[in-house]
Amino acid sequence: MTTALIAEDLHTYYGKSHILHGVSLNVGEGTITTLLGRNGAGKTTTLRTLMGLTPPRHGQVLTFGQETTRWPSFRIAALGVGYVPEGRRVFSNLTVGENLRVPLGRTGHWTIPRIYELFPGLAERRLSRGRQLSGGEQEMLAIARALLLNPRLLLLDEPSQGLAPLIVREVFRIIKQMRDEGMSVLLVEQNVRMSLEIADWAYVLDTGRMVYSGAARELAADAPRVLALAGVTAESWSAAET
Amino acid sequence: MTDATVAVVPRRPIEAVWLPFALVWLALVTAPLWLPLIGGYTALAARVVVLGLAAMGLNLLLGFTGMLSFGHAAYFGLGAYGAGLTLKFLAPSTPLAILLGTLLGAAAGALFGLLIVRRRGVYFAMVTIAFGQICYYIAYSWNSVTGGFDGLRGFDRQPLQLGSWLIDIENNDTLFYYFVIALFGVAVGLMGLLLRSPFGHSLLAIRENQRRARFLGIPVERHIWISFSISCFFTAFAGSLYALLNNFADPMALHYSLSGELVIMVVMGGMRAFWGPLIGAAVFVVVQDYISSMTVDWMAFVGLIFVLVVMFFPRGLLGMLARRKTP
Repeated sequence: MTTALIAEDLHTYYGKSHILHGVSLNVGEGTITTLLGRNGAGKTTTLRTLMGLTPPRHGQVLTFGQETTRWPSFRIAALGVGYVPEGRRVFSNLTVGENLRVPLGRTGHWTIPRIYELFPGLAERRLSRGRQLSGGEQEMLAIARALLLNPRLLLLDEPSQGLAPLIVREVFRIIKQMRDEGMSVLLVEQNVRMSLEIADWAYVLDTGRMVYSGAARELAADAPRVLALAGVTAESWSAAET
Repeated sequence: MTDATVAVVPRRPIEAVWLPFALVWLALVTAPLWLPLIGGYTALAARVVVLGLAAMGLNLLLGFTGMLSFGHAAYFGLGAYGAGLTLKFLAPSTPLAILLGTLLGAAAGALFGLLIVRRRGVYFAMVTIAFGQICYYIAYSWNSVTGGFDGLRGFDRQPLQLGSWLIDIENNDTLFYYFVIALFGVAVGLMGLLLRSPFGHSLLAIRENQRRARFLGIPVERHIWISFSISCFFTAFAGSLYALLNNFADPMALHYSLSGELVIMVVMGGMRAFWGPLIGAAVFVVVQDYISSMTVDWMAFVGLIFVLVVMFFPRGLLGMLARRKTP
């Protein structure tokens, strides 16, 4: 199995704040790799580093075999990396249709008609502006927008954040479908249970350091360890959510 | 999957796109008929169209890409001087004058754009003012070529030779007016095509949020530079027509006050609307013409109107009309 993304010994700073301390991770091609951790652990910073938004001070990023450590983010996107940021970040003043026309066109089977097939809710709201959409619709739009790049690797930052459980299930179902179609996925999440359900491999980040790396199945089976590492409270981990 | 298989896909109402287009063209084409009736004259309409085109060129950058240039008069003036100098020293050919004037302004814009494309916001605006003033002082001082402060005279727009037909735009003002709106139509058509293209859509994204556009694969700096260059191209084109309109080019066509007036026209008419700047130019030119015959302080009235528009109709006059229809 080839590796879609290799990150080695990343040290990222925000000014003088040393956020990532030697973070290394791999994303195998055609797998869902999940990156878990508490708030403030550095998960978003990791994705931003991989996407070229916050270049690391030390370390290396190899995307599809190419060294992309200091590449500007549009070049990384053009290579086939779709980024779905935390909080959706859709273009609030543009309509759904206009949002979907923005991404750089790359060859592949994702076209706007196909997006509307997959997300009929977006088709209905085609003329609505980004800020007029609900949280779930914005998440769909953000994912759709990344898909239109025909990415080989999808980076998702907390897609379930602030969404109703029913929508969260839909989002995760779509992510799983992407993996089944051959896309590689790096999923940053705080929803530990649902992430481990669909993931192949799991990493856990704590205060900027990688503290766990292993098969998702194994981690899922070890509830106390999960609680200790990912800081999830007992109630939300064991709660039988819909 | 879900039940809603065939979703009802909304479409932008036909009227929203074609109604403004139809109204504008109806007014323009029939202007020589109704304008004299209300105390206007054909050259006034031509002036509106020319400045409207310049403002629409600026709006490509301001309203659609989100970058404020306060020095666009530079390209307008370069277009004017280019056309005038061509007619005076090179050849008595109107098409050549327009071509060279436009290229002069566009090339200046493209080269200057390379330097400033990484600047943002206020810094971008300041540097554009600076370039405009450089052009102004060159025109002002280079007496032998540009005629200095008195302006460039001694040239006339030449009649057009189409095969065996002679279109006398030199002496017939009405014919010249139709010539101007024909060229305006071509320019505006090109602008429309540009904005509908994938490149045009990327400009909207850049206007909204540059960083977000970047991680969607858009090379933001490169696209800003292209937008800037194209914007200067259209404004220079308008400038060359301006020289032909007056058979005269002067340093005030390069001055920052004209740059400011262009921005006022764009904002007053509506930055986000395609035809907004044309409406803004019409209001500006008409108010200027009408009130300046009554008082020297006509600018105060224009300024007042501008302030009122910005306070009560921040989306401009056209934007105010559009808002009525939004659900």
